[in-house]
Amino acid sequence: MKDWRYLLAEQRGALLALGIFIVMFIIYTTNHPAGFTANVVQTAANKGVLLAFVAMAQTLVVITAGIDLSVGMILLLTNCLASWLVVGTPLETTLGVIAVLAAGLVCGAINGAIVIYGRLQPIVATIATGAVYYGIGLLLRPFPGGSVNEDLADALTGKLFDVIPTSLVALLIVVLVVWVPFSRSEFGRAAYAAGSSETAAYMSGVPIRRGKFIAYALAGLLASVGGLFLTFFTYTGEAAYASGNAYTLFSIAAVVLGGVSLFGGKGSAIGAIFGALAFRTIGDLLFVFDFDPLWQPLFQGVILLIAVSLGAFALFRVRNRLEWFL
Amino acid sequence: MDGAVPLFRMEGISKRYGGVRALEKADLEVTAGSIHAILGENGAGKSTLIKTMAGVVAPDEGRMTLDGREVSFASPAAANQAGIVCIFQELSLVPELSVADNIVISDPPKRFGMIDRKAQRQIAEEALARAGASDIHPRALVKDLPLSRRQMVEIAKALARKPRILILDEATSALTAADVAKVFEVLKRLRAEGLALLYISHRMNEIAELADHCTVFRNGRNVASYPAGSKSDNEVVELMIGREYSHIFPPKPVAAPAATPVLEARNLSWADRLDNISLSVKAGEVVGLGGLDGQGQRELLLAFFGVLRGLRGEVLIDGKPASISSPRAASDERVGMALIPEDRKTEGLMLPMTVRENLSFAALDRLAKGGIIDRAAEQRLIDDMVGLLAIKTAGLDIPVGALSGGNQQKVVIAKWLMRQPRIILLNDPTRGIDVGTKQEIYQLMRKLADAGAAILFYSTDYDELIGCCDRVLVLYDGSVKRELVGADITEHALIASALNIHGDGADMKQGAGA
Repeated sequence: MKDWRYLLAEQRGALLALGIFIVMFIIYTTNHPAGFTANVVQTAANKGVLLAFVAMAQTLVVITAGIDLSVGMILLLTNCLASWLVVGTPLETTLGVIAVLAAGLVCGAINGAIVIYGRLQPIVATIATGAVYYGIGLLLRPFPGGSVNEDLADALTGKLFDVIPTSLVALLIVVLVVWVPFSRSEFGRAAYAAGSSETAAYMSGVPIRRGKFIAYALAGLLASVGGLFLTFFTYTGEAAYASGNAYTLFSIAAVVLGGVSLFGGKGSAIGAIFGALAFRTIGDLLFVFDFDPLWQPLFQGVILLIAVSLGAFALFRVRNRLEWFL
Repeated sequence: MDGAVPLFRMEGISKRYGGVRALEKADLEVTAGSIHAILGENGAGKSTLIKTMAGVVAPDEGRMTLDGREVSFASPAAANQAGIVCIFQELSLVPELSVADNIVISDPPKRFGMIDRKAQRQIAEEALARAGASDIHPRALVKDLPLSRRQMVEIAKALARKPRILILDEATSALTAADVAKVFEVLKRLRAEGLALLYISHRMNEIAELADHCTVFRNGRNVASYPAGSKSDNEVVELMIGREYSHIFPPKPVAAPAATPVLEARNLSWADRLDNISLSVKAGEVVGLGGLDGQGQRELLLAFFGVLRGLRGEVLIDGKPASISSPRAASDERVGMALIPEDRKTEGLMLPMTVRENLSFAALDRLAKGGIIDRAAEQRLIDDMVGLLAIKTAGLDIPVGALSGGNQQKVVIAKWLMRQPRIILLNDPTRGIDVGTKQEIYQLMRKLADAGAAILFYSTDYDELIGCCDRVLVLYDGSVKRELVGADITEHALIASALNIHGDGADMKQGAGA
């Protein structure tokens, strides 16, 4: 086989998610009253990147064959924190941003430490830490409120050269600064290896613990980037329990849509980003078709089910039934 | 050994697991530029010895010296750093990563803190070439490779670490004959380059061909150490099992079995792996499947067992056409088929579950009354099986994963015998298990045949086919190339037809050497 065919096979999940997203987005914009304009794209981008950041966070943990049910709560906590700290002079704002990101990193690191060194199941550990993070968020913001440096917020949610949504540029930068180095580092590979077969990785002398720890910590960081952007969009902080849980669950759906295997070891954050964008577009589709809001959750669920099934079509071609279980 | 300074030395190494002693004051000397074979039954302490050397387990007592200096290894990584690299029997490859990723996994080349993919590719290609496996693409995912190719990757991976001492634990058990020849060339070259090699294998002819020196282990001790070739095979086996050793294969019946074929295939084809296969197995008959590894033998067994989709041709049970669409249908009483799978760890057993649970899985429908399992009947049947197969276990309620390889394999066989199958398909059942258990399996096979079972037996070991089978069908490229009966089943004939060489004379030698 040629090199490019292997490359294609590696990126299959991400490409499928990209395809689903493009098809949905075309349907969306062609049916939108305003059509394919910079404003429509900007609104869609701003909604999409929030979930994209959280889905990226989820990807890092899922790759290690774990799951992080606290990502949504880290998003809320950092949102509440940002509504206190990201204000004032440019210097104060900068320090505030750094503090918020550091808080996310610490949350992720705590998850990692508990799962790796405490040897607790990721699913239970992150339900517990998620509740703690939400609790802290609630103490910070018992009622919705606060503010944010509006110049920064408007700059990051606006358009570059009147065309390109700044939030997409920010997403790209985060990908380049966080995901690309991680996935190409020894620790990124250790995270993949641990997710695919922890014993084989251990026997090969792979730094499993550090790899997994860094994955969890970076997941916290990425969730806090999401929290920052949530603050930029809303100008306030709010510890909204339902919204935190929704982000957590949607991030898992987005990750699967993006071709990341919940069994670990397979997939990329790029795929998860397209998965998140596609997932968001499902919601928007119902909006442009003017569905009764009562029907929306039902239809959203059905479309999600169909989209996720696309990834399973390959199973029809399997002729040796044992391959179903691989 | 005399004169040469040992590169590595182990003295008085002991290791206990709970109450079981795995190693008892074991000694070993390894010299650079030589191949040292370690022999012994499963459970003789070989694995523990290697794991100690490779830093996987820490010994309870004793000392190890490398270059005359005392060493201890806290982890496999530490042992690697000291130049001791082990190719384990259980593969240590990460399935979702590519071949190249796996080869450099313990120490990837880095540039600006990130993995240098170009350098990685180069290292991988060099290592694959050195292992004689340049046909493997460095980008391929390990999970997509067949077992024999994975083993080659494993060897390439070990070589990429530039070892001083290379340990091969049953490294050839999954390899095809052609690959084994390649690996041997590589190993001999490494010996010439001054590496010390430790070679563990159950295949006597491999040891005879490769080793300079042999050490036999029994019950956790090294019982004999001698230059290769100074003892006969029989003497060596006696050292290994510690008792007189004779008649490994049970005698074959003289009388021809009954005339009705229980299992019959007509023009069976599947994808590009099976090509127009017709065969029949009668009650009381042991029919062997021979040929090089990967010529469709496994697929043929899976086809009978209802695992493959899109099968063309006909399968007849008791002379009547049957459509078997799943393992459940195959093991139904009307068919009565059982398949002892190739990989007991994934296809045969649920490792963390208990011996009892594993034994009952295949027979639950027979043991249940109205959906409730009859515990008393289950216990009776299990007791019968444990007795019949002499399964050595500390109890029925311990995880099956805690048993030795040979006993695990017995559990897999027992699990299917609980259904009293009429047709038994065996897929290389003696791979990587000790001589004693092998012998028991041969005898059991004959006993089952005598009791009226039809047995289809695939083996990569030619001696087994010769010793156990009434007939052998040799497969090549998905079709039956030759049928050998009775006295015609010889090593020469098997090898010649496996390589699809016609004639029995001069061409043969070529075949045997390959």
